[in-house]
Amino acid sequence: MKKHLPLIIFAGLCVVPFMDLSSYVMHILILVLMWSVIGMAWNILGGYTGQVSFGHAAFFGFGAYTAGLLYYHLEISAWWGIPACVVILTALSLVVGYICLRLRGAYFALATLALGEICRVTAENLVDFTQGNMGIMIRERTWVEKTWFFYIILFIAAGTFILIKTVMESKLGYYFVAIREDQDAAESLGIDTTFYKTISLCLSGVLTGIAGAFFMNYMGYIDPGVVFPLYDISITTVMVVMVGGAATYWGPIVGAVIMVFLAEEIRSLPYIGAAHMTVFGVILILIILFLPNGIVGDFRKLLKPFKSKKGASS
Amino acid sequence: MEQYELFLQTLIAGFMLGGLYALIGLGMALIMGVMRVINLAHGDFMMIAMYIAYWLFTLFEIDPYVSVFIAAPALFLFGLVIQKYLLTPVMKVESILPHNLVILTVGLAMVFSNLATVFFTGDYRSTPVSYASNAWYLTDYWPESPIELSLSMPWTLSFVVAVIITIALWIFLTKTDTGKSIRATAQDVDAALLLGVNVNRVRMVTFGIGLVLVAAAGCLFIPIYYLYPALGKQFTNVGFVITVIGGMGSTNGAVIGGLILGIFESMTATYIGMGWAPVGRFAIFVAALIFLPGGIASIIRRRRLGK
Repeated sequence: MKKHLPLIIFAGLCVVPFMDLSSYVMHILILVLMWSVIGMAWNILGGYTGQVSFGHAAFFGFGAYTAGLLYYHLEISAWWGIPACVVILTALSLVVGYICLRLRGAYFALATLALGEICRVTAENLVDFTQGNMGIMIRERTWVEKTWFFYIILFIAAGTFILIKTVMESKLGYYFVAIREDQDAAESLGIDTTFYKTISLCLSGVLTGIAGAFFMNYMGYIDPGVVFPLYDISITTVMVVMVGGAATYWGPIVGAVIMVFLAEEIRSLPYIGAAHMTVFGVILILIILFLPNGIVGDFRKLLKPFKSKKGASS
Repeated sequence: MEQYELFLQTLIAGFMLGGLYALIGLGMALIMGVMRVINLAHGDFMMIAMYIAYWLFTLFEIDPYVSVFIAAPALFLFGLVIQKYLLTPVMKVESILPHNLVILTVGLAMVFSNLATVFFTGDYRSTPVSYASNAWYLTDYWPESPIELSLSMPWTLSFVVAVIITIALWIFLTKTDTGKSIRATAQDVDAALLLGVNVNRVRMVTFGIGLVLVAAAGCLFIPIYYLYPALGKQFTNVGFVITVIGGMGSTNGAVIGGLILGIFESMTATYIGMGWAPVGRFAIFVAALIFLPGGIASIIRRRRLGK
């Protein structure tokens, strides 16, 4: 049962479009899948390799802008952005890796945070190239129906999941975890830590970029404030993984489900809607205090109160 | 001649901005040094102090420079509470992700800036002090001077107060017992523990002092700047850029880093364009990471060792 769980969920999601759901529900499901991809991508770097990044908006935004600029300047379909992303994001990750990956821990977190902000401000100021704050709009949408968008992001998510599982069960994955647990020890055992951290960053960056390119195609409009924000993308990515559970296969997916539903629910509430960032902040603080390894990581701990009660009554 | 005038004026403005930035950077560097935490809510604490100063001015007409003495102790107490009930418990939590404390401060920043938006709306506010547009002109004192320079009165006042606070902090850190134990903890926590320093108390005091510095900076900024709830992020960025330029946790480095950043930012604003000033800030940050990973502190140390 447990072995086939991913397949069952995948099959279940495949039939969802035939259930004649409203386009709002489909929208939410697409967002959940997109955030799972971003969360899983972040998890490679942050959860498994232990390099916490506060700047994944940079990769996301770069992906979105790759697609958008291809459409805007070359007038080809923005879907070409997804393959183009693989090349461009690898290049970006190599540059970022060269600068940031020599740094450790807190330095790295700060450097990536700055990276996200650099991208945002640059995109705002390079008006001739990126349209600045006016943003880029795709005038003719590919599909009005959400079905095909859903299938595309579903396959991207499934591909990401399989890729991560394969990587983490290979030698590469063990290198990543070794680097997270003790970088000096890993180095002394002959692991070229900078090289493997760069690979981890490239994987993470490319996958996040693909999610960004999908976002461009799906939403049809981007501007620097939408794709490069610190809180709404970078920190939300960290939250998705933290809520679900870092360094677990299912953590980012569970986190994405919870975060997207929460965001949609809280925003639509009267009075509290304006304070949704406060609610997110409080959730983040509570998670750090009580469930530091997330819902999936601390699942046993969550079950404990129920189990002990049963034991006492019987 | 006009070019020199512009250059000198920019330099002066940058120097003064740098003095205020140094105050923000100092608080962050102190916290970084003792607790090994980058306080990503630093700018938002400053925002709180600025709102305190703003409301004191609007409701009771208390001058923002006087509010330093109200906002700073208030934030000191606030800092103690946060340290005691949030940071200390999280320090003990075991988890896979190593940067729990940093992420915690991000959570705090989200809560503060959002609550400020909810309570005070997103309006831009300022304290229109009566002397806001006063300035000293060079030609008033030296009529034949070939160039014209001016010094804005609130800027100069803020700068002077910032310098006084920095000197007071320096005396506190070098001459008093508490200050010495703070520096000892920053150097080596285990050694400080062995020598009988109450590290937990030192951490609390340091966090409080870091917030006092940033609160003072907030009160000094409000007469010359404007206030809105999302302003914290920008100053947090300033703070951590300074901390990195200066060398993590180094107070001397933070002062020099603040001055460098202030001058560099005004130069980019004057010669490239207002919108690019943040890019300049991050460019200098990345340059520091690549070419001088130890920060200015490493240069100072090398000097001292005579290498």
